Amino acid sequence: MKLAAKIEFVTKDYALKGETVRALRGISFNVPEGEYLTIMGPSGSGKSTLLNLLGCLDRPTSGSLRLGDNDIATMNDSQLSGIRAARIGFVFQSYNLISQLNVLENIEVPLHYRGRFSSVERSRCRELAELVGLSDRLRHRPQQLSGGQQQRVAIARSLANDPYFILADEPTGNLDSQTANEILDLFAALNRQGKTIIVVSHEDDVARRGRRIIRLRDGLIQVDETVSG
Amino acid sequence: MGRQFGQRVLAMVVLRTLLIGVKSVLLHPLRSLLTMLGIFIGVASVIWLLAIGAGISQKAQEQIEGLGADNIIVRSIKPATSPDGSSTSFVLPYGLLREDFDTLVETIPTIVSALPIREVIREVQFGDRTLYARVVGCTPDYAEVTQLAVDRGHFVTDAELKTEQNHCVLAAAVAETLFPYEDPIGRRLYLPEPQDYYQVVGVLHPRQPTAAIGGSLAAQDFSQDVYIPITTLRRRIGDTVVVRRSGSREGETVELNQITLRIDGIENVMRTADLVQQTLDRNHSKLQDVAVVVPKELLEQAETTRIMFMVFMGIIAGISLLVGGIGIMNIMLATVTERTREIGIRRALGAKRGDIILQFLIETTVLTVAGGLFGIVAGGLCPKIVGWIKVQLELRTPELIATLPDVVRTVVPIVEPWYFGLAFFISTGIGIVFGIYPAIRAAMMDPIEALRHE
Repeated sequence: MKLAAKIEFVTKDYALKGETVRALRGISFNVPEGEYLTIMGPSGSGKSTLLNLLGCLDRPTSGSLRLGDNDIATMNDSQLSGIRAARIGFVFQSYNLISQLNVLENIEVPLHYRGRFSSVERSRCRELAELVGLSDRLRHRPQQLSGGQQQRVAIARSLANDPYFILADEPTGNLDSQTANEILDLFAALNRQGKTIIVVSHEDDVARRGRRIIRLRDGLIQVDETVSG
Repeated sequence: MGRQFGQRVLAMVVLRTLLIGVKSVLLHPLRSLLTMLGIFIGVASVIWLLAIGAGISQKAQEQIEGLGADNIIVRSIKPATSPDGSSTSFVLPYGLLREDFDTLVETIPTIVSALPIREVIREVQFGDRTLYARVVGCTPDYAEVTQLAVDRGHFVTDAELKTEQNHCVLAAAVAETLFPYEDPIGRRLYLPEPQDYYQVVGVLHPRQPTAAIGGSLAAQDFSQDVYIPITTLRRRIGDTVVVRRSGSREGETVELNQITLRIDGIENVMRTADLVQQTLDRNHSKLQDVAVVVPKELLEQAETTRIMFMVFMGIIAGISLLVGGIGIMNIMLATVTERTREIGIRRALGAKRGDIILQFLIETTVLTVAGGLFGIVAGGLCPKIVGWIKVQLELRTPELIATLPDVVRTVVPIVEPWYFGLAFFISTGIGIVFGIYPAIRAAMMDPIEALRHE
């Protein structure tokens, strides 16, 4: 089976006020394509660090982290940006849309940074807006949308560059339970279409919607389990 | 092929970033407007200084052409110290002599013609109207050389010169003052000292005063002039001018105030000027009471004056551009901080450092170029505005205008097309120079930190 991500013996150390914080102490796991994985753990467990590494926002101190054919441990800042633009779809807790751009423009942003931008891709962005149920809101600004709608825009944006995986950081943390469910339904639907989804969350309700859970504790994998049922 | 494609992609990226830049600038219209103000003032003042500088330069050029680039002017100068002790009744003789005039004309072959002038200040009267005029004794050529145009009647003629006629020609302002209601031609002016009548034979058109050039030639105001044949002046008024003061008499004896020499070619001017100086030194080396002025030198002096003006104005324009630039940098630094989150998002979505630099640099440049364009408009209006101000001042406070230096009073700014190119270049340059630091600051942010920024 093809792998969306392959993590081997990854450690990450930070210098914090002169002391070295060992955020990740050597973790290994594979993410096959089509996986729906939730990463859980209490604060300080290394959850955010792992998210930053998977999102190519940072490099591991040691070990290797492969996305497709690329080992991000050996990449420079510009190459990391290139990978983010081409192969990663971010979804954040606080949506993180750009306020001066409208819905369609927000969905198009990752394409700007990939360099190529054809009319075909532009119409694909419209299709994505339709997919998340916002085709009648294309010219709206983020401020004119509800939280759930903003998160849908963010999900459409994360799909614009056809990524290895969607990387969602507490995607339902700012939403009421009904809207949260709708968003999780959307993830489930996307996963059924074959999209790889990695969610970072501390909520069991969220985790149970996926197929697999990795629990971190003190920078190590405590449990790597398949969701039953 | 690949390269061409790459260039097209780059052009598209720049265009898109430009659109985003314009949008961001329009997002805070007031802030953007205030930020542009500094660049606006800077660019406008650059164009103004160039235009006014060019105007002054052209004025000086015209003036010197008026004097004639192939002319040498020799003037009498009142010596600073008396040659011997002063007495209560002392008459100081100095300056050019008729003998000098003859010697110059006879001995120097490159002199084509020579114009002697003698001028005195005298009270002139007609009826109960009176004024102090500059009575200029001259030859018929004087009108042509100093560009005096006759309105009515005629200028001093050769016949009048030869027969030492009591005839005079009036400057327009003099005619206006003395003859507000009647035609001056044929009337007789009265000079109380030394009690003589002069018949008016001509009236001149008004003539713009000439500006002082350098230090050696004073400004000339032709408005208070009365022209008479120089032979008549010598016979009727004489060489000695006496001013009575309480208890003492002071006076001076001057044969000629000025000789204008026309030379047979510009290339001979400097050489002839040396010869003239040597010839005059025989009579005047002790007192230093004559000066030889070469218009070419004046031209150089005028150029120096112009350059000094340009440097001075350039410093002012430079400072305002610097202040404007710092203002822009300040705003952009604030903008970068304000938009930390956006920078984090863009970085997470794949923006390279270069993309962020480009974005903020283009935003800054959009601001400065917009300011610059307004500046260009204001600069282009310079001649109109200066003209309007002059008219308004003349209408409201004619006394103030009269006290202004001639150069300021008469200057007409000249705007040339290349100023606009320069102004555009400057405003773009300011945008890049003062935008680069905030842009780099934005680009060097850690994307993880930036995303966390509230």
